[in-house]
Amino acid sequence: MAEKDVIIGLEVHVQLNKLNSKLFCGCSTDYHDAPPNTHTCPVCLGLPGTLPVVNKKAVEYAIRVALALNCEIQGETLFYRKNYYYPDLPKAFQITQYDFPLGLGGHILIKGEDGEEKTIRITRVHMEEDPGRLVHAGTIDRAKYSMVDYNRCGMSLLEVVTEPDLRSPKEARSFLDKLRNILEYLDVFDGNLEGAMRIDSNISLAGGERAEVKNISSHKGVEKALAYEITRQRSARRRGVAQVQETRHYDELRCITVTIRTKEEAHDYRYFPEPDLVPMRIADWVPRVEAKLPELPDAKRERFVADYGIADDHAKSLTSEIRVANFYEQVAKQASPRLAAVWVADVLKGELNYRDVSIDNFSPDHMVEILDMLEKGRITEKGAVEVIRTILDQGGDPAEVVKAKGLAKAEDDAVMEAVRAAVAECSQAVADYKSGNEKAINFIVGMVMKKTRGRADPGEANRLVKEALEEI
Amino acid sequence: MLRVLKEELSAGASAEERMSALFEKIKKSKLNAYNNLSEDSALERAREYDRSPWSGLMAGVPIAIKSSISTRGIETNCSSRILSGYVPPYDAHVIERLKEEGAIIIGKTNMDEFAMGTSTETSYFGPTKNPWDTDRVPGGSSGGSAAAVAAGEAPCALGSDTGGSIRCPASFCGIVGLKPTYGLVSRYGLVSYANSLEQIGPLTADVEDAALVMEVIAGHDPRDSTSVKSEGGYLSGLYDGVEGLVCGVPKEYFGEGVDPLVEKSVWDAISKLEELGASWKEVSLPHTKYALAAYYIIAMSEASSNLARFDGLRYGLRLGADQDWHTTFSEIRAAGFGPEVKRRILLGTYALSAGYYGRYYLKALKVRTLIKQDFESALSAGGADVLVTPTMPFPAFKIGERIKDPLSLYMADVFTVPINLAGVPAISVPSGFADGLPIGLQIIGRHFDEKTIFRAAKAYEDATPYHEAVPKEVV
Amino acid sequence: MITGEDVDHIGWLASINVAEEEKEGFVASFNSVLDYFHQLDELDTEDVEPTYRVVDLTNVFREDEVAESISQEESLRNASRTENGYFKSPRIV
Repeated sequence: MAEKDVIIGLEVHVQLNKLNSKLFCGCSTDYHDAPPNTHTCPVCLGLPGTLPVVNKKAVEYAIRVALALNCEIQGETLFYRKNYYYPDLPKAFQITQYDFPLGLGGHILIKGEDGEEKTIRITRVHMEEDPGRLVHAGTIDRAKYSMVDYNRCGMSLLEVVTEPDLRSPKEARSFLDKLRNILEYLDVFDGNLEGAMRIDSNISLAGGERAEVKNISSHKGVEKALAYEITRQRSARRRGVAQVQETRHYDELRCITVTIRTKEEAHDYRYFPEPDLVPMRIADWVPRVEAKLPELPDAKRERFVADYGIADDHAKSLTSEIRVANFYEQVAKQASPRLAAVWVADVLKGELNYRDVSIDNFSPDHMVEILDMLEKGRITEKGAVEVIRTILDQGGDPAEVVKAKGLAKAEDDAVMEAVRAAVAECSQAVADYKSGNEKAINFIVGMVMKKTRGRADPGEANRLVKEALEEI
Repeated sequence: MLRVLKEELSAGASAEERMSALFEKIKKSKLNAYNNLSEDSALERAREYDRSPWSGLMAGVPIAIKSSISTRGIETNCSSRILSGYVPPYDAHVIERLKEEGAIIIGKTNMDEFAMGTSTETSYFGPTKNPWDTDRVPGGSSGGSAAAVAAGEAPCALGSDTGGSIRCPASFCGIVGLKPTYGLVSRYGLVSYANSLEQIGPLTADVEDAALVMEVIAGHDPRDSTSVKSEGGYLSGLYDGVEGLVCGVPKEYFGEGVDPLVEKSVWDAISKLEELGASWKEVSLPHTKYALAAYYIIAMSEASSNLARFDGLRYGLRLGADQDWHTTFSEIRAAGFGPEVKRRILLGTYALSAGYYGRYYLKALKVRTLIKQDFESALSAGGADVLVTPTMPFPAFKIGERIKDPLSLYMADVFTVPINLAGVPAISVPSGFADGLPIGLQIIGRHFDEKTIFRAAKAYEDATPYHEAVPKEVV
Repeated sequence: MITGEDVDHIGWLASINVAEEEKEGFVASFNSVLDYFHQLDELDTEDVEPTYRVVDLTNVFREDEVAESISQEESLRNASRTENGYFKSPRIV
């Protein structure tokens, strides 16, 4: 729950992994499964004498994101050097933006703790390069040495910084989910790839100094780390220990945060404009990029409600991921939109979540088939669920699965047969029912199900048995 | 002179013989002009040329390369301990151009460590000696390149100029050196000392050679975002003379602190130019005296960032057992850099640090604007076409004379650094001798107007004997 | 006025170990050089724009095209300590 005195701000690093090449050199961005140091070149290794050249498309993507976040695009923007030493930073400076960042003053709408729509202000959106990756032989504080892989070094990053408008770990989570959704809609990144999104969180209690928890990759991790921080800071306050401005690291295994650095040891980054690059004047790019912006989640949700006549809750669920939204629309072209909404948003999504797989694992055509079978009464709802599960777990297509598992709904005649037979056989139950025991019907229905080998629709069987019993 | 060499090679002279003789001379030399030689590959190339000559603006011509310009497969150590053994996996843009035009790389020349110096005395491999007097410095930081050309240990060479590092050694060694307009020659592959100030340029025996080398190395490189297109054609118009040329003579470049023999030599040169049809007038570059401070602040600040990457992890010096990374790297850098480099990195770090950025770095950048404006006014349409000054306030000083007092060494750059701040081109040509030591005349032009300074320099050279003088054989 | 402590702090920022023997020399040369730099205070630059670069270019870009990377062997070739394709770094803490 939101507590009035909790103040949270986030700095989100988004990797533009849908670009073909890195920010300042032509190395391929497709490094995720590659052996170490195989996606490098003199430029991203920072070899002496090398120079950066800006990837034009990266700038376009940055404008796309800044516009989608409602930022003001700066007419002239430039790169700066942020100077510090770390083994993963081959030039010992990161090329980033400082004064004159690409985008300023935006916002995202989320649902606040109190259920109301809430505006989270975006301070800035800027471009920078990713450092390399350190692999420790053990934990960071106990490893005897570390190993460095520069494949990731030089990838394009966007930094999205919020004002401290968030009031709870849950709101932070909401924000991150919404941001990721928007980014995937913009087709600038694939959030499933490792390292796609890294979050630094700043949290304080009103009147106190803030702690920065650095470099968490999962939204859930952020939520947990912040929850831990609130507890830790409150407890410290109760004991009379003041919070100092510090940097902390989140230990995912132990679910706690630990100090790395206090303010006294804070870096002096000695920012100055990157002399090897020239300013970018991009004001006249904006109309072109704006015109090409895809429909964003909120707009899509409104359209789904208006055009498909579905409930807002379903629309929200369907638009929470661009892949799901696209899937739904494909299905809704060929099947009843309302039925599709239920089966995609309520059933399919649930089965996918349970198995932790993406909707790419299910074909829209298969969904259309299933819905058709349902509407024509050829399978029961239970049967449909079974088909979905089977396809996800074992593959195949709906017709095959229905046949193989005998899920075809029993024919009316066969059911009627079964009902008559069951009523005839279950004389005791019939008598019990007739003398007022309503529950006795269940025994008879059960017998019908048994006779039809579970293929009768339970609801329908119940109805037919009742009708039959009335006539007795 | 390169024209003569090319003609001889075309006429059938053996490239291999020439190359062999060159390496003989280099290996016997006491000048310490080279850090490392590419003898095997150069001889092999020469042999290939003899078997089947190729064409190109520099076909078969040997060239020496300053140790800070990256050459694939050839050690590029910036005359520093911290980069000893570093072999780049790529060629600088200018090296690619030279190879395309058929030149043959003979080796890497000695320099002030990471180009920080005016005398080549800060080199980890010891100073280079001036061929005119081996007790004296050859100038810096491209001292090795200049000494090699002056002593006949290379027909031509490349250097780099951040605050005078081509022009100073050209002046002290009696040869020609050009700092091109900023942006004209790609810096891709030049190990950076001060990115907003430096350019690669030629060190040659005469003006025509410098124009030839420029023809090869100048021009746009997509890998350098600060590089511009070149009009080219530096060889044409060389003989157009100086009729009607207006030479501005900035009064701040004369007087106190300038050796009287140097001043006389420059005034004689101005008279000579008048004889050849030019006219001169006094101009003023009022902010000249602030240029040194502005230059050093900017250069040191950029250097502190450019040299931060040298930590031994990916290349270069690594010491004994590792401790934690910060301690380890701090020790490697302490051991790997010489005192002048350390001084500049530390001062540069200070100048950029929180609280001081406005006072030093930003202030220097504003003063830079004023200096640039001085040049633009003086060289404006109604003003002068070129400016004529001494290159250095004095001839070559003795080895060890100034190195103990950093500030006195910095002061030697007083006439060269303003040019880098403004980004304009400037050439140094031999203009006489002071007690047997060469004096250099500096001709400064408008941005991208290399052709005008070339023709002025050529006219002066043709009318004077100084470029023909050769130092006595150093045994 | 720069002190020995300042030199230590700058050394820490610059990742260069300053030995005790060197410190005095650095303090002296820093102070004389910085004194010299203070000359610039004579100039009123209130309304002067800084010159960050002397070349008048903007919007220099490259296309989002993949160019060949160098091999792992080439990347590691100049490093004195490597392991299994990685650069070997001293421990962090």
